[in-house]
Amino acid sequence: MASGQIAAPPPMFPVQPVALPKWRRMVDRLRAAPLISMTILAVLVLTALFADFLAPHDPTLGNLRQRYIPPVWQNRGSMEFILGTDHMGRDVLSRLIYGSRISLVVGVTAVVVAGAIGTALGVLSGFLGKWVDQAVMRITDSWLALPPVSFAILLAALLTPSEWNIVIILGAVYWTRYARVIRGEVLSLKERDYVRLAVVAGCSQAKIMWTHILPNIANSAVVLATLQLGVVIIAEATLSFLGVGVAPPQPAWGLMLSEGKAGLMTGYWWLSVFPGLCIMLVVLAASAIGDWFRVWSDPQLRQL
Amino acid sequence: MQRYIVTRIFYALISLVLLSMTIFCLVRVTGDPAILMAEPGASEEDLQAIRREFGLDKPWPIQYVSFVQSMIRGDFGTSIYYRVPAFELYLQRLPASLELAIWAMVISLIVGIPIGIIAAVRVNTWFDKVGNVFANLGLALPSFWVGLMLILLFSVYLRLLPSAGSGTVKHILMPAFALGWVFAASHMRLARSAMLEVLGSEYVKLARIKGLSETLVIAKHAFKNAIIPVLTFAGINLALIVNGAVVVESVFAWPGIGRLLYEGVSFRDFPVVQVTVIMGGLMIVAVNLVVDILYAYIDPRIHYG
Repeated sequence: MASGQIAAPPPMFPVQPVALPKWRRMVDRLRAAPLISMTILAVLVLTALFADFLAPHDPTLGNLRQRYIPPVWQNRGSMEFILGTDHMGRDVLSRLIYGSRISLVVGVTAVVVAGAIGTALGVLSGFLGKWVDQAVMRITDSWLALPPVSFAILLAALLTPSEWNIVIILGAVYWTRYARVIRGEVLSLKERDYVRLAVVAGCSQAKIMWTHILPNIANSAVVLATLQLGVVIIAEATLSFLGVGVAPPQPAWGLMLSEGKAGLMTGYWWLSVFPGLCIMLVVLAASAIGDWFRVWSDPQLRQL
Repeated sequence: MQRYIVTRIFYALISLVLLSMTIFCLVRVTGDPAILMAEPGASEEDLQAIRREFGLDKPWPIQYVSFVQSMIRGDFGTSIYYRVPAFELYLQRLPASLELAIWAMVISLIVGIPIGIIAAVRVNTWFDKVGNVFANLGLALPSFWVGLMLILLFSVYLRLLPSAGSGTVKHILMPAFALGWVFAASHMRLARSAMLEVLGSEYVKLARIKGLSETLVIAKHAFKNAIIPVLTFAGINLALIVNGAVVVESVFAWPGIGRLLYEGVSFRDFPVVQVTVIMGGLMIVAVNLVVDILYAYIDPRIHYG
């Protein structure tokens, strides 16, 4: 949604822009960056990379004698399990740490898969036009009409649950937005002089799409991908929560929530609170960075 | 005008055909449909019998035609778990989902529109910023987690609301809020940007120049125009809410179609999964069509192409 602003009235006398030194402009741009979100995401990426060193315990191995130990600041809590243990005596903190790996890997690869499908179809549809365009756009419309979560569940029911199948499922569900936006941009790029020149010069269509169109829409594709990362991470958590995503005993956050649900009524709150907080932090950080990146990379993309 | 309506209906039909083809092909590309229709662990003879009964041994185009024919008759196969027609199950569960969706929609509008409007009137103040946080949280929190947290607060600690089931107003409050927050967030953002646009327009300036009080300008001139896009969008969202409630319904054991879909997946009851998804697609296509046509009637600027 565009965050509208009241348009300022045009100044009576055109104001000459003051040329700031280059370093000042760089600093100004950086100051607008969402540093907190970037830090959160950076910490998360590092956590995912170095999970083996950071996690104090094995994420899948539990000790049934140490079930339901609360976090350290509560009665009965122990320093050994800072965020407590779950119904199988597994360390919640270690599971969260390894879970960041699953969320990020699945999220990022799914966004890349969706982006690749959508961008390719968008470029083909916009550039080739005619029946290709009609066909791709009608397919896009009909896929958009399927409720995304239900559609993902249907696909999950067809495929056996595994991390790679989830990536394929999410890619297959979320490519439509790229196709729409990229097609629109290609339609206007196609009319530019340099593309016409390439046609006149006798370049093949494939060559034009690859060297003249693709680099010019790469920016939008990357912006869309950043904005969709959060959506896809929530979708993965949803599938895992419903039991059709990442399979147990893997420590995915959505799966931890669904396992923690059973202990909710008996007051084992830490099993449900922490994984959700992690999802929230990642998604908030990703969307803040996406919003900033959209404006930073090209102010004209604000409507995206 | 008539031509416009006919084109729209035509597009909607194409969408439906492609949608059914998509599901038809996906089922066959990813595996054997006979296995999906049979009980787990069925023998090879049973599978053969199913293939013959449903014509799965015939070529795809013939299979597709009979697939569409039976769907038009409302025959989506028989639920493996419940042993009744899947479509019947769907119709049984639909009212509960509609009830939940309407409550969620009402909550999202009651919360979203006033916050959006006030945020636009007091743009860049603390209220606008708090509203923005509310919207961002709504979009970043998975609805099932909001549901779990509500249960923790209101059922486990405060013991005010029941954690699962349906029947009374008390049952519906938490699932409706968990489901409605995301939509409240998007309605709020839309109301805010629509209101900002209207507040910058010429006729609002004129109303101010005429010397109307600020309250009157906002309540009478600006509000009415800002609300139109929000309501249109809400109409489209209603179909999404009905079909997007899978997780919330399974958290609160709400007996709707989302819960049905969840059961379908857990019991490997494919006809049930299929009917829920196809009917969801049908509902969204239908709502989009109605909104398109209504818009053409209401908004004279729409160009009938």
